[in-house]
Amino acid sequence: MVAGPLGAEQSPSPGEKLARLAWPLVALVVLLGLVGYALLYSAAGGSHTPWALRHGIRLVVMTVLAVAIAMVDIRQLFRFAYPIYGVLLILLLAVEIVGEINKGAKRWIDIGIVQLQPSELMKLALVLALARYFHAAYLEEVRRPLFLVPPVLMILVPVGLVLKQPDLGTAGMLAMVGTAMLFLGGTAVWKFAAAGALAGAALPVAWSQLHDYQRQRVFTFLDPEADPLGAGYHIIQSKIAIGSGGFWGRGYLQGSQAQLSFLPEKHTDFAFTMLAEETGFVGALAVLALVLTITLAGMTVALRSESHFARLLAAGVTCNFALYAIINVAMVSGLIPVVGVPMPLVSYGGTAMLTVMLGLGLVLNAQVNRDTVIPRFPADL
Amino acid sequence: MHQEADRNRCFRRRTLLLGGLQVALFAGLATRLWQLQVRDAATYQLLAENNRISQRLTVPPRGVIVDRRGRALAVNAPTYRVRVVREQAGDLRRVLEALAEIVPLDARRIEEVVQQARLHRPFVPITVREDLSWEEVARIAVRGPELPGILLDSGLLRQYPHGPVTAHVVGYVGPVAEHELARETDPLLKLPDFRIGKSGIERAYDRELRGRAGLWRVEVNAIGREIREIDRNDGEEGADLQLSIDLDLQAYCMNRLAEQEAAAAVVLEVSTGAVLALASVPTYDPGAFAGGLSAALWRQLADDPRHPLVNKCIRGQYPPGSTFKMITAMAALEAGLVTPTSEVYCPGFMSLGNARFHCWKQHGHGRIALVQALAQSCDVYFYELARRVGIDALAAMARRFGLGETLGIDLPGEKPGLMPDSRWKRERLKQAWQKGETLVCGIGQGFVSATPLQLAVMTARLCNGGRAVRPWIVRGPHAHVHEGKGVPAPPVGVARANLELVLKGMFEVVNGPRGTAKASALPIAGTFMGGKTGTSQVRRISKTERALGAHKRMDRPREERDHALFVAYAPHDRPRYAVAVVVEHGESGAKAAAPIARDIMVEALKLEPGTPPGRLDMAARR
Repeated sequence: MVAGPLGAEQSPSPGEKLARLAWPLVALVVLLGLVGYALLYSAAGGSHTPWALRHGIRLVVMTVLAVAIAMVDIRQLFRFAYPIYGVLLILLLAVEIVGEINKGAKRWIDIGIVQLQPSELMKLALVLALARYFHAAYLEEVRRPLFLVPPVLMILVPVGLVLKQPDLGTAGMLAMVGTAMLFLGGTAVWKFAAAGALAGAALPVAWSQLHDYQRQRVFTFLDPEADPLGAGYHIIQSKIAIGSGGFWGRGYLQGSQAQLSFLPEKHTDFAFTMLAEETGFVGALAVLALVLTITLAGMTVALRSESHFARLLAAGVTCNFALYAIINVAMVSGLIPVVGVPMPLVSYGGTAMLTVMLGLGLVLNAQVNRDTVIPRFPADL
Repeated sequence: MHQEADRNRCFRRRTLLLGGLQVALFAGLATRLWQLQVRDAATYQLLAENNRISQRLTVPPRGVIVDRRGRALAVNAPTYRVRVVREQAGDLRRVLEALAEIVPLDARRIEEVVQQARLHRPFVPITVREDLSWEEVARIAVRGPELPGILLDSGLLRQYPHGPVTAHVVGYVGPVAEHELARETDPLLKLPDFRIGKSGIERAYDRELRGRAGLWRVEVNAIGREIREIDRNDGEEGADLQLSIDLDLQAYCMNRLAEQEAAAAVVLEVSTGAVLALASVPTYDPGAFAGGLSAALWRQLADDPRHPLVNKCIRGQYPPGSTFKMITAMAALEAGLVTPTSEVYCPGFMSLGNARFHCWKQHGHGRIALVQALAQSCDVYFYELARRVGIDALAAMARRFGLGETLGIDLPGEKPGLMPDSRWKRERLKQAWQKGETLVCGIGQGFVSATPLQLAVMTARLCNGGRAVRPWIVRGPHAHVHEGKGVPAPPVGVARANLELVLKGMFEVVNGPRGTAKASALPIAGTFMGGKTGTSQVRRISKTERALGAHKRMDRPREERDHALFVAYAPHDRPRYAVAVVVEHGESGAKAAAPIARDIMVEALKLEPGTPPGRLDMAARR
């Protein structure tokens, strides 16, 4: 295929785009959001306030936003990938400096309507920037060690900043999404093994850098019974709630753990726990299946896209979405320490939903632009 | 072109791999859910039923603090209180409003309790009112069944039987502050009305006094009322602490100082460093802090220029004045720069370059040697010694006797004082050391400053045969200072003969015919006290003032008057106690401080020698 100029002939009109949009995918995502709505209604003891209604409104607004993003010319995304990444890096630094001044963990910038959490949006920006970086790279280039220095820095700098906030969960997700991008970009597998060994060696150093409360979380995870009323409370109560749901669940609005307030943070990080208690193994499995379906649909978009940028973009964003769900469920079921990662579209919370829905917009964008060719080195960029 | 194809193949393969990994991870999660919800469902359903078991933290009684003879200094007094548990109350506001019909409870308090309850876990009881009368307790108990979630229990309130007398030593407790919560993970701190040590021993030994939380599990029915107690782990009671302080002596010191505007006195046992009394005036009532202090009272205490909240014994830093002369003498003797008989001529001043350094005695002491120089406190003699020794050797000797650095007493906030040397001045003031400054330091003026505690420790180390004792207050297994556990102190490392010579000078100060404190000899036949006066300038005396004699006038404003100091030990032949007294702006060490020190010493000598074995008054416990 010859890299032509940025021709208008390859950019479909908005009408065409709307027509070819993967509406079933949109429907699945909205369905997941509606599960969240029903759950938050139950968490409030059968009330639309304070959570369910706001969740619903955000869902509607952000779905429109996602479709709007799908309408953008993918070459504009390509063009602005680095600037977007740069802006978020600056925001991250700004939060860091403000936090330094206030002597506390401040992770967000208050812009009035939403509290903007740059570390969340950074996940998407990182995917955009790395997709652009690897877009032009053939495998021979990727195999050169020096070629990998810039992308690794692009990952490590925000990871370091987020770790300093300190937000272990988000930092971990950023690192994992970044690693997935390197993998998809064609980095040799042995290099991951080497990096893994190196990270293992650096573990003691990292441990010494952790805050007391972070170490406490790890200890608590290893032995929750040691401190049943302190930090271990969340994990124990969550496992009890999930387990007591049984096969069919206790019934909607009937979960005694959640309703009797034994369950902490039932509307945010532990929303899935409540779902598992009230709807049982059947309901929990159904939601997991729904999340997996959305994930696989995203990966399919990646496989079907023409330009390398679009493929990497769709795959990276989808990995991010899947990671949310996997980490959250692993966390509430006691497989990993409590790191504060919400269940996408089910947990109450604006920033996480914004990240997921912006991500949906990016996947949809890749999907409607699947035939759009982006030259390796576009002339006007 | 084949590059494009290679890359596509690679991407395709890896995307499929990643998708496969995701499917595997989801399968893993599904397996986990199967484990919890199908395989072990019965177990967890049982556990969920057990969640009807309400768990409560029980607060261990805080350790009692007693003096060296077992007399209570801090105790826990019972108080009846009514509390509410949110998870059992259901509609919290309604329950509280019902309660308000039985006992006085204003709307603002109800609002506070509702707010507070939101901040804590649902099973944490929130105190609604403390200090209930018996009648109120009875009324609540009778109406109990109508009030779900309401608990009656007896709590403990910290009390200080000798309040102001021991305030600076024992300290006080208060509500847990935000930063204290962040520092520790102890679940006790999260309890709504938990009190934590804020100053003194209460703070220094907070962990020991606090104990460990107990866990109390009760079965509750569907609406949350208790059915029966299941088990109860009482945790660990706070450790009781016995102090080295002698209540009688402490009270005597506080009393004796009471007429002074601001003063401090320290009594040490010289062989062990045990602190027998630590008196600082003015003082305050620590009882006022336990129940919460009004903002006005707090402001008044904090703004008082005489600093009632500050323990002047460990936080007041004063120029030691002539009480420092023993250090100058020891430094010169140890360096071999002076002998017991070598004399210095004092014409009333000493010239260095074109500056004049005055002796307190305008017309001078004439020819004078070490013992008399100490007895009469000749400034010129010690200017000369300081000149010979030099500032660095002088500072090194001062540190060996405990000046210029914290001594590690088991109280929070101890100040280090200051013992300058040439390096300190170079680093801190970016200036070279001046010879004249050495002379001034030699008589304990200029940059030199020390706390009353340091002066007492210095005196103890001089008279106990040169052992570097450290001061301590808590004795026994919980002691933070090693000597409190009975470990002897290491030697200071000076010649015994030199110490004895200096002590002879101190003996003459009190008992010699020309001693500066001869009016303050002990009124006990056959028992002698050694000591040293100190009158330290708060501001420099100008030439005109000296000429007019204005620097000795009593009509100066209080804050310009000299500090009065006295350090003492007794009995001279077999020293047991060291005393340091500082009277802020007391004008004259001999007139203001020495009589106080003598009276305190007389009182101390009445104590039975040695520290008696711990006899804990267990009635004080509750």
